[in-house]
Amino acid sequence: MAVVLEEFKTSVKPTWCPGCGDFGVMNALGRAVASLGIPGHEVVVVSGIGCSGKISQHFGAYGIHTLHGRVLPTATAVKVANRSLTVIAAGGDGDGYGIGVGHLVHAARRNVDITYVVMDNHIYGLTTGQTSPTSDPGMATKTHPRGAFEEPVHPLALAIVSGATFVAQGFSGDVNGLARILAEAIRHPGFALVNVFSPCVTFNKVNTYAWYRESLTSVDGDPDYDPSDRMAALSRIEATRGLVTGILYRSRRPTFESQLPGLGEKPLAVLPAGLSGEDLEDLLAEFE
Amino acid sequence: MDFTWKIGGAQGEGIDSAGETFALTLSRMGYHVFAHRHYQSLIKGGHTNYKVRVADQPVRHHGDRLDLLVALDGPSITHNLAELRPGGAVLCEPAHAALASARPDVTCWPISFGSVASDLGSAILKNAVALGASAAVLGLSPSSFTGVFRGQFADKGEGVITSNLEAFQRGHAYASEQGWRLVPGLPALPELPRRHLFMSGNDALALGALAAGCRFLAAYPITPATDIMYRLIRYFERFGGAVVQAEDELAAINMAIGAAFAGVRAMTSTSGPGFSLMMEALGLAGIAEIPVVIVDVQRGGPSTGLPTKTEQGDLNEMLYGSHGDIPRIVIAPATVEDCFAYAAEAFNLAERYQTPVIVASDMYLGQSRATVDPLSFQVAAVDRGWLVSNEELAAVGTREYPRYQVTATGISPRTIPGQPGGRYVALGNEHDDRGYEIEDPPTRIAQVQKRARKLDGFRSDVVKNRYVGPQDPDVLLVGWGSTYGPIREAREALQAFGVRAGHLHLGLLSPFPAGEVCPRIAMARRVVVVEQAITGQLAGLLKRHCEAHDRITSCLRYDGVPLLLEDIVRAVREVA
Ligand SMILES: Cc1ncc(C[n+]2csc(CCOP(=O)(O)OP(=O)(O)O)c2C)c(N)n1
Ligand code: SF4
Repeated sequence: MAVVLEEFKTSVKPTWCPGCGDFGVMNALGRAVASLGIPGHEVVVVSGIGCSGKISQHFGAYGIHTLHGRVLPTATAVKVANRSLTVIAAGGDGDGYGIGVGHLVHAARRNVDITYVVMDNHIYGLTTGQTSPTSDPGMATKTHPRGAFEEPVHPLALAIVSGATFVAQGFSGDVNGLARILAEAIRHPGFALVNVFSPCVTFNKVNTYAWYRESLTSVDGDPDYDPSDRMAALSRIEATRGLVTGILYRSRRPTFESQLPGLGEKPLAVLPAGLSGEDLEDLLAEFE
Repeated sequence: MDFTWKIGGAQGEGIDSAGETFALTLSRMGYHVFAHRHYQSLIKGGHTNYKVRVADQPVRHHGDRLDLLVALDGPSITHNLAELRPGGAVLCEPAHAALASARPDVTCWPISFGSVASDLGSAILKNAVALGASAAVLGLSPSSFTGVFRGQFADKGEGVITSNLEAFQRGHAYASEQGWRLVPGLPALPELPRRHLFMSGNDALALGALAAGCRFLAAYPITPATDIMYRLIRYFERFGGAVVQAEDELAAINMAIGAAFAGVRAMTSTSGPGFSLMMEALGLAGIAEIPVVIVDVQRGGPSTGLPTKTEQGDLNEMLYGSHGDIPRIVIAPATVEDCFAYAAEAFNLAERYQTPVIVASDMYLGQSRATVDPLSFQVAAVDRGWLVSNEELAAVGTREYPRYQVTATGISPRTIPGQPGGRYVALGNEHDDRGYEIEDPPTRIAQVQKRARKLDGFRSDVVKNRYVGPQDPDVLLVGWGSTYGPIREAREALQAFGVRAGHLHLGLLSPFPAGEVCPRIAMARRVVVVEQAITGQLAGLLKRHCEAHDRITSCLRYDGVPLLLEDIVRAVREVA
């Protein structure tokens, strides 16, 4: 039975503001998963807290809407518990690069086979418009009325140097392009970060759809760009001040799960619970 | 009858391994043994000691007094001399003998552990020399120790085994030649020496979790909980399962939650500071009804307080920690056997009630070792609670499953990711029956009440509140957790003094077993609550639930030292 986009719709109407970039991300994710033929009950969307975090409720898969910033540990464990599931972690820039940024470094270095989609709107949406870790310097917000002055977090570079094996960037104004990137990210065996510019039409009046259309360049279709070249990826990100879309870096290394000594082919979630009497006896002998 | 032996020295001098060799040898001979390790929060240097109590019947704590002290350095004498009983003895370096003269009522036997060891080419063999001398003083033959030495150094090769045995022999021969013999010495061997296991609470806890089918642990290293992680790493390699050394405790508990949501029996183990970091996630597990097990092996708090000392100061946090109201289960093993049984039961309770379960251990219980009878497998019978089958889901035939369905028992049907037709969202926001976020009052009320109701019918065949003593005691001693041994023996000692004492020990702390506890308190003339926390957290819990304010006093200890018999006897004599 073919998996159709319809499968990933839920009966609840999204609460996002009309025009919010997160609609585009959700649509692209639905297309990506459908294009790969993965049925909804084999997908788990693990989301954080923020407007972006609502995606687990709007996407017709299993979902766990976690704590603010704790998406990646939760998603890591879901994958370790059941390797046959497709695990999508999703959240906002505040969630992932503010309160939860430490976990990003660790998920990347572990190379867990999950896809992490960050809806980056350069602002805190749900808490009504404060500066986020990716806000551009100079942007005035409720918490920085004279303009943000800290150096922004550079998520793509951070992920690459932390050991992520797939790093890409998309734009929710380009749903088709984003769906292609997400499908590649999901197929990729290892940790995939997809940072998506997802405009907040309510609170961010600087980084608008129009602004992104003007500012973004892409590595897609560039015959000279080699995504397996780490230095090239880092310099392209640097040269574009991060305003670049496409698959920027891709490499292969064993996943976290494949190296855990106690994980076999069968998911832990379906291992028979308990222990046999003989096994227990055997273990007790060690204490005699 | 019992006998206590202690070896002390600087950290890094092999005190621990000598203590273990001694304890394990006597356990194998058929004695009941309790071993307690005292150490400091530094790796080398500093005073450490290992105390072993040997008895002809089960022993549950390391005892107030000391019969034989083996001192590898001077501070070991200064720190421990007062604990010796009159007529006890010290084995020490000749250079330190003068320190022992402060106690004219104890015998001092000087023997140069250091030079004997150096003669054999390695100062590290001092502890084996000391063990040999101890054995001679107690009339034990070297052969009883051989097997244990072999086992202990099996990985290190034949050379290490031989040199240790040689050092042991030298120490034994020297003490025998001097004709040293401690009287009274060891008790007679029990008539029918039994097969004993010698293990710590942490060992038993890890085994219990494994036996219950736990196959996921995420944890961040912290004393005194880390041993649990070490064990499960080995077990999971053999039986399947994953240990993730998380980047911090926030990650650890959220990982355990993720794995539990995905259908694996999952836990995290930590101690005070780490437990504090887990509070927000504890609430998530409560509202999202995720069966996660959290082990808190308490140490002295607050903050990083006393990292290598025991305390029971986390009780309030276990009972009340995290914002908002969630149903939670808090169980407290009191013995090594309990650690096995309660750990196993924790997973049943978590899944039966779909709520977090906190296992309250502490350093004294977690790291002391005791002889136990072979653990019974019966307690580990697995109950996974209300899991919906694929067939049932097919019959329901919905795309969005009512995972949080409001039921009379408060317990709802649970599905696992991967099950067709079982999709739902687990979340920390208030939600309707399918997991969709809501804010409307009726749905909120229905869900809050549903969760609050789920523990109304709480039952466990394993977790027990124990009572011994007369129905209407003059003094009722109440405790929880690792103070079990001292309180039990103190009750017996008080009976011998003519005090009609009872002992109530709580294994279940939440939901509070008021129906069982309050009538007992009502029957007692005086109640002495024994605990290791300055604010009397257990006493506070009792006062909250039972009417007994005017009859409750506390026996407290909060210096990091495990409670002693005399602490309790003194507190009781003040009120009786
Ligand atoms: C521990 C904690 N601190 C603070 C909050 C409040 N909070 C909710 S969402 C959010 C920021 C969301 O920003 P972002 O991740 O960028 O998501 P967006 O709403 O923009 O999609 C904050 C601070 C919280 N829920 N939990
Ligand atoms: S506030 Fe911004 S991020 Fe949130 S839903 Fe509205 S547009 Fe989207």
